[in-house]
Amino acid sequence: MTDATQTTPQRTAAAMSGPRGPKPRRRITPSNIMLYSILFVASVYYLLPLYVMVVTSLKGMPEIRLGNVFSPPVEVTFEPWVKAWSEACTGINCDGLSRGFFNSVNILIPSVVLSIAIASVNGYALANWKFKGSEVFFTILIFGAFIPYQVMIYPIVILLREMGQGISAVTGTDFRLMGSLWGLVIVHSIFGMPILTLLFRNYFTSLPDELFKAARVDGVGFWGIYFRIMLPMSLPIFVVAIILQVTGIWNDFLFGVIYTKPDTYPMTVQLNNIVNSVQGVKEYNVNMAATLLTGLVPLVIYFVSGKLFVRGIAAGAVKG
Amino acid sequence: MGNTTVRTAALEQQLVQDAAKAGIAASAATPSIEINDLKLSFGAFEVLKDLNLTVSQGEFLVLLGSSGCGKSTLLNCIAGLLDVSDGQIHIGGRNVTWEEPSERGIGMVFQSYALYPQMTVEGNLSFGLKNARVPKAKIAEKIAAAAKTLQIEPLLKRKPAALSGGQRQRVAIGRALVRDVDVFLFDEPLSNLDAKLRADLRVEIKQLHQTLGNTMIYVTHDQVEAMTLADRIAIMRGGNILQLASPNEIYSRPTCKYVAEFIGSPSMNFFEGTVTDNTFNSAAGSFDLQGYDFAAQTVPGQSAWLGIRPEHIAVGDAAAAEQNRMQAVVELVEPLGSDTLARARAGDQSIWVRMDGQAAIAPGDELALGFSASLANLFDKTSEERL
Amino acid sequence: MAVTEGVRPVAERTSAKRPNRLFKNMTAKIASIPMILTALVVFIGCTLWTIYHSFTKSRLLPAPDKWVGWDQYERLWNTRRWLVSIENLAIYGVCSLVLSLVIGFTLAALLDRKIRGEAVFRTIFLYPFALSFIVTGLVWQWILNPQFGIQQVVRNWGWEGFTFDPLNNAEIVIYGILIAGIWQGSGFIMVIMLAGLRGIDQDIWKASRVEGIPAWKTYIFIIIPMMRPIFVTALVLIAAGIIKVYDLVVAQTSGGPGIASEVPAKYVIEKMFQAQNLGQGFAASTMMLVSVLVVLIPWAYLEFGGKRRD
Repeated sequence: MTDATQTTPQRTAAAMSGPRGPKPRRRITPSNIMLYSILFVASVYYLLPLYVMVVTSLKGMPEIRLGNVFSPPVEVTFEPWVKAWSEACTGINCDGLSRGFFNSVNILIPSVVLSIAIASVNGYALANWKFKGSEVFFTILIFGAFIPYQVMIYPIVILLREMGQGISAVTGTDFRLMGSLWGLVIVHSIFGMPILTLLFRNYFTSLPDELFKAARVDGVGFWGIYFRIMLPMSLPIFVVAIILQVTGIWNDFLFGVIYTKPDTYPMTVQLNNIVNSVQGVKEYNVNMAATLLTGLVPLVIYFVSGKLFVRGIAAGAVKG
Repeated sequence: MGNTTVRTAALEQQLVQDAAKAGIAASAATPSIEINDLKLSFGAFEVLKDLNLTVSQGEFLVLLGSSGCGKSTLLNCIAGLLDVSDGQIHIGGRNVTWEEPSERGIGMVFQSYALYPQMTVEGNLSFGLKNARVPKAKIAEKIAAAAKTLQIEPLLKRKPAALSGGQRQRVAIGRALVRDVDVFLFDEPLSNLDAKLRADLRVEIKQLHQTLGNTMIYVTHDQVEAMTLADRIAIMRGGNILQLASPNEIYSRPTCKYVAEFIGSPSMNFFEGTVTDNTFNSAAGSFDLQGYDFAAQTVPGQSAWLGIRPEHIAVGDAAAAEQNRMQAVVELVEPLGSDTLARARAGDQSIWVRMDGQAAIAPGDELALGFSASLANLFDKTSEERL
Repeated sequence: MAVTEGVRPVAERTSAKRPNRLFKNMTAKIASIPMILTALVVFIGCTLWTIYHSFTKSRLLPAPDKWVGWDQYERLWNTRRWLVSIENLAIYGVCSLVLSLVIGFTLAALLDRKIRGEAVFRTIFLYPFALSFIVTGLVWQWILNPQFGIQQVVRNWGWEGFTFDPLNNAEIVIYGILIAGIWQGSGFIMVIMLAGLRGIDQDIWKASRVEGIPAWKTYIFIIIPMMRPIFVTALVLIAAGIIKVYDLVVAQTSGGPGIASEVPAKYVIEKMFQAQNLGQGFAASTMMLVSVLVVLIPWAYLEFGGKRRD
């Protein structure tokens, strides 16, 4: 006890002079410098191609021949953009990327609508109306997402051709699925189904089960609950699905090459044909303008949607 | 048709007789819900095992049990939200085993309220009626009546998100109310509310039952809710009903050790020992069983549990007057204000006692305890059935 | 308990129609027809069809009656182009797995250090993932152009002898493609990792701070082991993406120089739709399927084998 009394004045002094109030924060610490410089270097790597695309597409050919890919344009010109859009040649067609753009739009809209309609109903049935075997089909669907497309594309060519002929025979018209826009729409709906179904199933499962039960007590059926209870609550997940599908379908190359014909080629296929054509002088500025044009749609969606895009890909990827 | 009616009447009579035979004289009125040999299994796992239950018209039945005992499952089966594996469910004399939930004449209230978030309160209340194609005027009338009963008239135009928990649950009850049904099913309706609101709404539900006189089945894990609301309580465990009786009966004459332990807080004290004639011998001493109402025959030397509730143990001077007495040392004291709980030790035995809130007591104190055999409970050691 | 013996005959007064098992939940079944057809006809049917025809001598048209046993596979494994494709895929696969995981996790960990401008950095790292492989391939083709690209820039800085021309060098062309592939996909892995890091209980960090464990040690010994499922998911996703690599090569090098940057997916497409050698295409695609199964089956076993899936 005596000890304590003796040390009291010293303690008080120490307490008076010691640290007090908020701890001073040092912004610039060695570890912070490291952290930010790594992030900065990484940012350069990721941003470089976008920068190169933009500057190259704004330069004239003479300037490109003189300089390098990184030098900013001395004289800004939009001519490459105009040329890429309306004059660039693929084979004998010289009407530019615009044709591919409109083909892509024509493919995109029905594909997105159809694939999301099918997948949301699938997900809803799987979440709330399980029937014998429904989980089996779902498992097949998820594993199907991992089968390389190359394994299935040829038989699908045959299926589309046969279905087209079947429809032609029934309707008495010359209807083709293979090589037409509708064939590609079906293909996109099929291959978008696993991920979208998973997305919707998980979302609908996360909605309170009691809500569904309450609706059943209220005497609403399968479609009634889907349209009047589930849909109004699922706007965010539909936006996520739309983002996922628009970027996915817009960026597709493989299916476009296989299931369409040159005059219905989507933008990506046409872009590749323009840039990698062996004829004529390479016009790098036009190529980059065309490349940027093709990437513009998903880029705009990405920058506008922000968090939802991230949520979409994370939700689709992490855990089933 | 005529034929059926006759048969129905005959069967009902038989049913009444059976019920009477089974000793449920009180519920000899028309059964509102009748469940026969109900079975439900998911794969190899049996959730409900050959369950039989009759609920009479206007009765308030509480299904009570810890989580996973099958009480909510049973309620969902009655509602038709789960398909049964075997057995039958009758509601209002009609076999509804294969009917859709909306065709069964039930209203249901859920734990999470399950209000449709995009609809107003009015929309929520009218949704089921619109689906049943009830005329508009009639709907308005019913909603007005229900809103009056539940005092939610000012809330009708609001969305559920703008309501408090208590208001939401009131709307949820209203949704069952407008359906004009004979049977209300409650699935832990108060579990999401805080203690104060829970007590208030509990009273309101009881009031509602008295006003409407409907049959109500109420699932909960809260024994206070069960004791206060129920006409009868069904205690469930592992897909079976262990005991179905009035709250008082369940409290004072539990048919098995599980029920005895489950009801009451703190739990009943148990002494392990043997019964010979009218004496219970245990490590804590020998107790006289004179006055205990035996439910079964015992053999001399039979192993058994003796249970006595903390509130049935007399302490201090009062203990001296009791039939059985022992000495114990206080180990732990939990003052609750209104009363005080203490854990005392007699030999190897821990004993909880409940005493007056003003009792001055501290760990280490010597304590005289006493109890009377008429308040004790005896259970077989192995079967855990009441003796 | 209420005894209801003898009340059994009540069953006979049942008015409800006995629901047929098949018609139960009928609307849900009808609504699921597209899913059922996709699963059965496309994913199973088409796969089996291709596997079967890989044992036939199909040329321009499928020839289901010309059974040749393992011939197509023997031819395949004796084709230099296929062997190069496999080798490329192996190099690309291993490197892109390791790099994606390392870069993805590092960036995620850095972003998780409560830094300023996290949203900006995340946006920058992820935007390439929104772009197609065609766009990716064409941009990097241009950046790696020996006359105007990186090589020239470094030479202009005064380092005259600098050589970095992967796209025209058969030895290292696959690494040129790798740079582009990583650029496009690593941001995605970062997002997954970041989601995983955010899912970790913050009390773990508090505990390690109280015990004075440095951050890097916490990551290596505590956080990474805790994130095992996330890593496995990322691994499976990257692996599934690798096997499909096609458009990137088509756009960036068209398989060149020569056949130096060929990949299996490209081999399949060309055999099927250009070389009119369907049998080879089927055999090669079946090999792709086999390699996916080699990755997928152990994963599925680990993931769903032990516990029942809910």
